[in-house]
Amino acid sequence: MHNIFLINIGHLDINNYFSGLKNFNSISMKLLVCISKVPDTTSKINFVDNNTKFDENGVQYIVNPYDEWYALVRALELVEAQGGSVTTITVGSAADDPTIRKALAIGANDAVRIDADPSDPYFVAKQIAEYAKNESFDIILTGKETINYNGAQIGGMIAEMLNTPFVSLATKLDVANDVATLERDVKGGVEVVEVNTPFVLSAAKGMAEQRIPNMRGIMAARTKPLNVISPVEQEPLSSVVKFELPDAKSGCKYLEPENMDELVELLHNEAKVI
Amino acid sequence: MSVVVFVEVKNKVSKAAMEAVYYGSKLGSVTVVTYGDSSDEILKELGNYGAENILTCRSLNESNDQALTNLIGAAVEKTNAEFVVLAQDQTGKGVGPRISAKLNAGHISGAIDLPDTSNGFVVKTNVYSGKAIAHVALHSAKKVISILPNSLAPQLNQKDANVEEFSPDLGSFGITVKELKSQGDGVPLPEAELVVSAGRGLKGPENWGIVEELADALGATTACSRPVADIGWRPHHEHVGQTGVAIRPNLYIAAGISGAIQHLAGVNGSKVIVVINTDPEAPFFKAADYGIVGDAFEVLPRLTEAVKKFSASQN
Ligand SMILES: Cc1cc2nc3c(=O)[nH]c(=O)nc-3n(C[C@H](O)[C@H](O)[C@H](O)COP(=O)(O)OP(=O)(O)OC[C@H]3O[C@@H](n4cnc5c(N)ncnc54)[C@H](O)[C@@H]3O)c2cc1C
Ligand SMILES: Nc1ncnc2c1ncn2[C@@H]1O[C@H](COP(=O)(O)O)[C@@H](O)[C@H]1O
Repeated sequence: MHNIFLINIGHLDINNYFSGLKNFNSISMKLLVCISKVPDTTSKINFVDNNTKFDENGVQYIVNPYDEWYALVRALELVEAQGGSVTTITVGSAADDPTIRKALAIGANDAVRIDADPSDPYFVAKQIAEYAKNESFDIILTGKETINYNGAQIGGMIAEMLNTPFVSLATKLDVANDVATLERDVKGGVEVVEVNTPFVLSAAKGMAEQRIPNMRGIMAARTKPLNVISPVEQEPLSSVVKFELPDAKSGCKYLEPENMDELVELLHNEAKVI
Repeated sequence: MSVVVFVEVKNKVSKAAMEAVYYGSKLGSVTVVTYGDSSDEILKELGNYGAENILTCRSLNESNDQALTNLIGAAVEKTNAEFVVLAQDQTGKGVGPRISAKLNAGHISGAIDLPDTSNGFVVKTNVYSGKAIAHVALHSAKKVISILPNSLAPQLNQKDANVEEFSPDLGSFGITVKELKSQGDGVPLPEAELVVSAGRGLKGPENWGIVEELADALGATTACSRPVADIGWRPHHEHVGQTGVAIRPNLYIAAGISGAIQHLAGVNGSKVIVVINTDPEAPFFKAADYGIVGDAFEVLPRLTEAVKKFSASQN
């Protein structure tokens, strides 16, 4: 139902006339959420082809939890309260489409996929920045990091490329008019900050609660637009030469619960950590 | 080869700052860039780890990503540096990607070792939440390296560092800081060398005294499993694991934590792991160096006593 009213009239859309009754000053928002696919958190991590490629055998892919649970859900909550639209963007191949559909099932209005290999973070950021440049999004939301690459790189790079602020590790987000108030993790504490749109953020735990898509959402997702576009020219600035698995632990040494003096002695003389 | 190392110095030189300067000194001649009101005397300590020049912007007093990116960018321009080195901490997570985009430089996010230059420029970094290590090659002329805290042992490399005021144009700040809610003065988790952590096995928040007492005796920082933070027994910043903070301390003591794969993902980089659990089948024992099958309510206080006895004997 909601989506039928998503006709943009400049920066205001029809939705706003309804939500506007509740919240007189709110302006409908145009939000972009960066979504990537990652192996399920319980996946066995192995490599093939001389340790140069991730072994996808038996691996289930999910939407990166930070992107789904925090960035996407908070974006949807804001738009539900104030009107606007949520678009997702993914740099990847057709293999990403099931995770993109999941994001649509949770409630995003439409999706963009830039058809390219996402292995270099600079390349990925460049693609998203080039797309966003002409679309005047109010907020671009990324996850704190991808759980496979753990680079925490894309959001900051996009912000620099678009010359906007970047609020990293945000745990709370509210928007009134063009001003957002956020909380974010900084060294030694939590900072409350204000920033004008447009800006980029990376979402960490606390920003929202996970949503489970319902049947109606899953049905609706099938027909929502997923626009596949071609990448812009950009040389990758990095590449993975190979992977290795960390050394396995040599085994656990068991100690009697009565004998904590011995543990301290081992931590000091054998492990040399205290 | 010229290297710009970005550090934050507040009252004293942190281990993360020493690591970054030491790393930089292995790549070339180091110019440190920093900000805030630290005295020349404190800043000169960075010379112990190989800093030759220190540029400090005393007029800047807050950790603003855009301002810091411009500050580092100006230092790179001034010294014609090929490398930027910084710590992958909360500030680094904001600034590292920005500076790499600004310089069109490839970025190593979370380096765990010095580069291998035998064939190109290759640096190791943790991926798959610590379940694997990737060797990443950078192909760009300029390179940005963010170091995962506590990854290398900084060695003394004495230089007579020269301190210079540096106040380039920092551009617009974008973000206005309204308030800082401090977590206290303890060592922040990502930088902690010793960590005592507990999970649902502790039964309730009122029982955390025995965890804190052990942490105090060791001079360790406290952490917890995710459910414990979710139900509000402990603050969120203590939650370690795949969806919390990833840490790699020298010692990680886990009491009443089962060792789910998502928990291990955040702690398996620890050098030594001690597990205390009543269940001998708890999966955490597979990742442990030392295991105690026993009741945390008895073992933790006993361990605290043993640590105190040991500390007293050392003095
Ligand atoms: C996508 C995803 C991401 C996740 N991310 C994280 C994360 O980042 N961090 C995280 O921690 N979890 C995470 N989890 C949750 C994880 O799967 C586990 O549920 C969680 O780690 C379990 O916490 P726990 O060990 O404290 O509790 P439990 O699993 O309930 O374990 C309690 C342990 O205490 C022991 N015990 C009981 N009484 C005593 C006693 N008196 N003395 C000693 N031992 C005792 C028990 O034997 C048991 O092993 C995630 C899950 C998912 C699906
Ligand atoms: N291929 C991708 N396509 C779209 N967004 C991505 C992609 N990779 C990463 N991101 C976004 O960038 C965030 C940080 O990723 P990373 O820098 O890889 O840790 C993720 O949480 C996503 O929001």
